[in-house]
Amino acid sequence: MGKNKNHDTSYTFILLGLLVLIIIVLSVSSPYFFNWKNVRNILNQSAIYLLLSIGMTFMISAGQIDLSVGAILGFTGMVMGLFIQGGMGTFPAVAAGLLVSFLIGLVNGLIVSYGGINSFIVTLSTMTILRGIILIKTNSKSMFGFGDAFTFIGSGSVGPVNLPIVISLLAAAAGAVILHRTKFGSYCLFIGSNEMALNRSGVSVRKYKSLIFAFCGLCAGAAGLIVTSRLNSAEPLAGQGFEMDAIAITILGGTDLKGGKGSVIGTIIACFILNVMKNGLTILSISSHYQEILTGVILLIAVRISESSQRKKREV
Amino acid sequence: MWKSESMNRNNTPFLRAENIYKKFGSVTALEDVSLTVCLGEILAIAGDNGAGKTTLIKILSGVLKPDSGKLWIDGKEASDLTPAKAIKAGVSTVYQDLALGNTMDVTSNIFLGNERSAGGFLKKREMDEEARKLIADLDIHIQDVTVPVGSLSGGQRQGVAVARLISRSGKLLIFDEPTAAMGLKESRSVLKLIQKLAGDGYGVIMISHNLPQILQVSDRICIMRQGRVIGELAAAGSSLEEVEDLISGNEVESYGQE
Repeated sequence: MGKNKNHDTSYTFILLGLLVLIIIVLSVSSPYFFNWKNVRNILNQSAIYLLLSIGMTFMISAGQIDLSVGAILGFTGMVMGLFIQGGMGTFPAVAAGLLVSFLIGLVNGLIVSYGGINSFIVTLSTMTILRGIILIKTNSKSMFGFGDAFTFIGSGSVGPVNLPIVISLLAAAAGAVILHRTKFGSYCLFIGSNEMALNRSGVSVRKYKSLIFAFCGLCAGAAGLIVTSRLNSAEPLAGQGFEMDAIAITILGGTDLKGGKGSVIGTIIACFILNVMKNGLTILSISSHYQEILTGVILLIAVRISESSQRKKREV
Repeated sequence: MWKSESMNRNNTPFLRAENIYKKFGSVTALEDVSLTVCLGEILAIAGDNGAGKTTLIKILSGVLKPDSGKLWIDGKEASDLTPAKAIKAGVSTVYQDLALGNTMDVTSNIFLGNERSAGGFLKKREMDEEARKLIADLDIHIQDVTVPVGSLSGGQRQGVAVARLISRSGKLLIFDEPTAAMGLKESRSVLKLIQKLAGDGYGVIMISHNLPQILQVSDRICIMRQGRVIGELAAAGSSLEEVEDLISGNEVESYGQE
């Protein structure tokens, strides 16, 4: 009772089972896998993808797509780098960078909602425009050396846990609450389900859609903060192709590409599945190229399972 | 017949339209149309395709503005009607597509745009409880208000759409072809719902092509042809042939030729 049945609970359990299975197999196969140092390593690696995928979950739940998150990640890193090198304090530079990522997302959203252009096209354009600006601004060279306070965010730790882990898990928890428990989340899913119905009910679809894009931009900005501060360097090509990982994780997590159905919990589990697998294959000294193949295969199978369990329920 | 004793029956019109004209370019869609509906009664609007039924209900629900003519809702003049104003005044339309989100649960659909929340957080339990009550009051059988609307039958979906309007304090409900593309059993449950609404004191305007259904359910039948109201009948005592002849404009003689 009172539980949100918008997403498929049984599918989430299948995912969780798969994650546990992978962990068991890897723990048996290698003594180096299941220990705190390695687990921390996995969580740390997952942090960036988790942040991107949380935003993407909202986006896809609303029946939209954001291809610009990788570029926003890189752009935010550059902005923060430029501000710090320009003499701005760490905290204001970080805040300004995050604000910029939010605004880029908002602009994406405004163009989609008010310009009536498909989100795929809008964010594809944003992606190439941002990447172009980065290459011009940085002269295709990386910037580095941003000071201890800044690098602490990416590589510092709170007790035994790295700061990126804390940030990403907090964001994931907040994302889960927002999508499944708030009006904003409900409207987000409704936009994906039946935009016109929402509009007829007097809710401004344009406003909420724009905010969803802004939220997704902010998530990408937070990922950019972590990438940049961890490396203590703003790379012009940082985040390139990450949008595809975020989309794959979101879909694997059970969010429907058609919109109207989404699960942050599923996204979190899916993110760990892919990152645990990546880590495990590295530990087992299997080439990362195989991991790419495996990711594709898992994605296909998972979507097939998710679709078939849906079909059973929809047929009356 | 079965409702005339209803306590809620009220004889002052809840909605009154007078001398409505509407043209689209050179095409006259409505010409001097007047009608009234009281709470507790079912007014059916019948007519062939292109008779102006849809244009008329779009004007009554504020979607279209008439070129001239006057509207009163609940005794107040409502000449500058918009969809939002109409809903506020108690006039709500159940669209043919029902405007439901199929992947969303019953509760979210009922409270769409009208959620109970505190600081942005949904009061899910409270809404579920209220949704259950609304649905029980309408005699709709939905076991679980947390299932997606897409998994319900056509009749149940109509019920959810109606529950939404009632939860927004709708008093006059306009149904646009409510049983179109429905099976016998589902049509029956929707008609039952419409009768129950009138019995509970709501006003109903219903557009339908299905004359036997109209005769069975409604109190009055307003017949339109080529943008005009050409007759109004009491459903009780009218025959199918009578209504058909009015709709098609057939004279008695033309039957004789067949």
